[in-house]
Amino acid sequence: MKDRFTSHSHDLILSDQQTRTMSIALPSGPARVTRGAAPTSRIGLRQRLRRVAEAAVTPLEIEDVLDVFSPLRRGAELRGRIVEVRPETAEAATLVIKPGKDWAGHEPGQYVRVGVDVDGVRLWRTYSLTHGPRADRCISITVKAIPDGVVSGYLVHRARPGQMIQLGQAQGDFVLPQPVPDKLLLVTAGSGITPVIGMLRNLFSRATPADLDIVLLHSALTRDSVIFGPELRGYAARGLLRLVELHSDVHGRLDVADLDQVVPDVADRLTYACGPVGLLDALATHHEERGLPLHLERFRPATIVVPEGEGGGTLTFADGGTVEADGTTPILDAAEGAGRIMPSGCRMGICMGCVLPLKEGAVRDLRNGALTVAVPGETGPGGVPIQTCISAAAGACSIDHAG
Amino acid sequence: MTAITKKPENPTAHLTPEDVEQLGYELDRIRQDVLDSRGERDAAYIRRVVTVQRRLELGSRAVLLFSSLPPAWVLGTVGLSVAKILENMEIGHNVMHGQWDWMRDPKIHSTTWEWDNASTADGWKHSHNEVHHTYTNIVGKDNDLGYGIMRVDEDQRWHPMHLGQPLWNFLNACFFEYGIAAYDLELGRNLSVPKEKRSEEFATNLRKTLHKIRRQATKDYVVHPALSLPTGSFLSTLAANFTANLVRNLWSHSVIMCGHFPEGVETFERKAIPANETRGEWYLRQMLGSANISGSKAMHLMTGNLSHQIEHHLFPDLPSNRYAEVAPRVQALFEKYDLNYHSAPLVAQVGSAWHRVVRLSLPNGWLATTKPSNLPQQTAVLWKMVRGGSKVRRAAQARLEQQARRQAAAA
Repeated sequence: MKDRFTSHSHDLILSDQQTRTMSIALPSGPARVTRGAAPTSRIGLRQRLRRVAEAAVTPLEIEDVLDVFSPLRRGAELRGRIVEVRPETAEAATLVIKPGKDWAGHEPGQYVRVGVDVDGVRLWRTYSLTHGPRADRCISITVKAIPDGVVSGYLVHRARPGQMIQLGQAQGDFVLPQPVPDKLLLVTAGSGITPVIGMLRNLFSRATPADLDIVLLHSALTRDSVIFGPELRGYAARGLLRLVELHSDVHGRLDVADLDQVVPDVADRLTYACGPVGLLDALATHHEERGLPLHLERFRPATIVVPEGEGGGTLTFADGGTVEADGTTPILDAAEGAGRIMPSGCRMGICMGCVLPLKEGAVRDLRNGALTVAVPGETGPGGVPIQTCISAAAGACSIDHAG
Repeated sequence: MTAITKKPENPTAHLTPEDVEQLGYELDRIRQDVLDSRGERDAAYIRRVVTVQRRLELGSRAVLLFSSLPPAWVLGTVGLSVAKILENMEIGHNVMHGQWDWMRDPKIHSTTWEWDNASTADGWKHSHNEVHHTYTNIVGKDNDLGYGIMRVDEDQRWHPMHLGQPLWNFLNACFFEYGIAAYDLELGRNLSVPKEKRSEEFATNLRKTLHKIRRQATKDYVVHPALSLPTGSFLSTLAANFTANLVRNLWSHSVIMCGHFPEGVETFERKAIPANETRGEWYLRQMLGSANISGSKAMHLMTGNLSHQIEHHLFPDLPSNRYAEVAPRVQALFEKYDLNYHSAPLVAQVGSAWHRVVRLSLPNGWLATTKPSNLPQQTAVLWKMVRGGSKVRRAAQARLEQQARRQAAAA
């Protein structure tokens, strides 16, 4: 629990930096400086040295200076260096990453927020961690390149060892309970295998592999597109689990109604599922009807983007207030028209005086139609900064501004 | 220079409204082309500049720990001067313009960048991004036309104080970072308001600015000199840092003067600007109200690409490394629409700017109508204008301008 709190406060610091309009040196370091019962004189000296260092580099922060030399050090913003890019299938690859010293560890099944600079723009996505904690302290994610996927396409096809990415601390509660129940049902499809593989590797890579009754029901388009196929079949061959593979090109899609046939004792198993929305929703209905517990891991829902010329959306502000905006009126004007006080400047897109964070939703640049999309939990914790004087709503939007 | 609408020959008279809108469309196309191709190469550029600047500054300050040794003093001071110039101009000014906001990197972003200067980023962004770039060269609205202490346009009314403006300009140049701070605060205007009536906003901004000044001064004149005590270099480091700040001030002031002061740069009357200036009209004003400096790539870098002032004013939010690239296309548009692309080497532009400062320190028409033969009488007129009230000045001014016109007509 302590680690999760640490990860949370780290994210808060990030969001502070993104939305602050004037950067003031952060107070003395992250909380961990005073962990434990250190003698008062030592803390005093360290803090005094820190203050001298801050005074010597202002308006930079010490972190900025140290980043020049040692970006993965303790106390830095969390980053990771790609150590290896290992293709898994034609469209999927595993990236092994060496995280900064502040990586607080994770439990199998959790995911991590990853910030990748693609063509110069920092984009954030979440990926499941595909190994349990490793001896070499590295972490791994396995990415499947979706069609038109900017980040996934980059990570699978263009990422190289040595490149730096931004990280968040591990998150998520898609984890097995302790002690692990004897009977498990894992239902996955496509890239939904990724959180589960981490769990399985963690169970089976011990000196004595866990001896459990696990059924893994996995769907994929073809046999070759099953990520970790050989590894899963290997586990099945060793009798560590029962693997049921469904290939859509041969078997068609998984019908949840058939579940009782395929897994007769489903009622005795704790079920974990990860895959497309349709599968998870059907499974949720199925289990709810029978009163069976179910753990779901949902990947990011698509942000609704209203096509150009077809209207705008509702703007929601930090204080809960809403404003209806069409697709052709600048957000600044729409909000002011509804009586809100909004920061502004030149009102023509050149001075950046109206910039506010977009936490969720999509907006369109009225000058050239360019879309900006913000997905909570993915795009940085502070949201994506937008210029309200030249942006119109392209769907429901949530803007971090009160007043 | 006098406002474009008051000139005998308006340099835009030959353009129809359709021409202006077409010009706007063509400039928008150039902007979109840059946006379409903006990407990894540009991000790598600014990151490299930031890394180089930080290493240069840290290295120079490390060298200055031994500043009692003359070679170390020289090396460290040169390095630190360059580092400060790079930080303020190529990095700070451009980042605060939002040129790199598209990267979504919270560390290189207009909303978070604080620069190595006595003035605050907030203050600068308001007076520069919002006011100067919106009302560029509109007499009475763009305070950059003289910064409130000089007159740089015939349409700015002459006051005896302006006689000293070459000196004010030089002092401002030496202490430019404080000049900017005072300017961003609109110090003159706000301090003339009685204390109880001063706005909350001013009080807050003043407090923030004083804090910034204190932190900057402590860094350069206390902390780093103190750190070099072990080598007996306290005073020499202090002198080095003072010199570096001075160099940065003088250099940036000169470059900034080149942006809008050289002779031939147009200014505009407030009442001649329509309430809803179209995009084409705004572009046109930016084109004619700015001047470029021609020179080497190194010069462009050291001016923070403000040497491409015209391109910067047309596209303030495009990455600075792209200005050199679009300059030929922009210049082609100037030619196409028969407009003057004001560009000259550094020394010429600085000289021209100073020439304007000196020329306009005197009332309109005084220099034109003064010859060695009538110098005593002209001096007497000037003295009367200095001693007399505004009515006397206005009358004398009118007479001078009338004489200048007659003289020009007779010639």
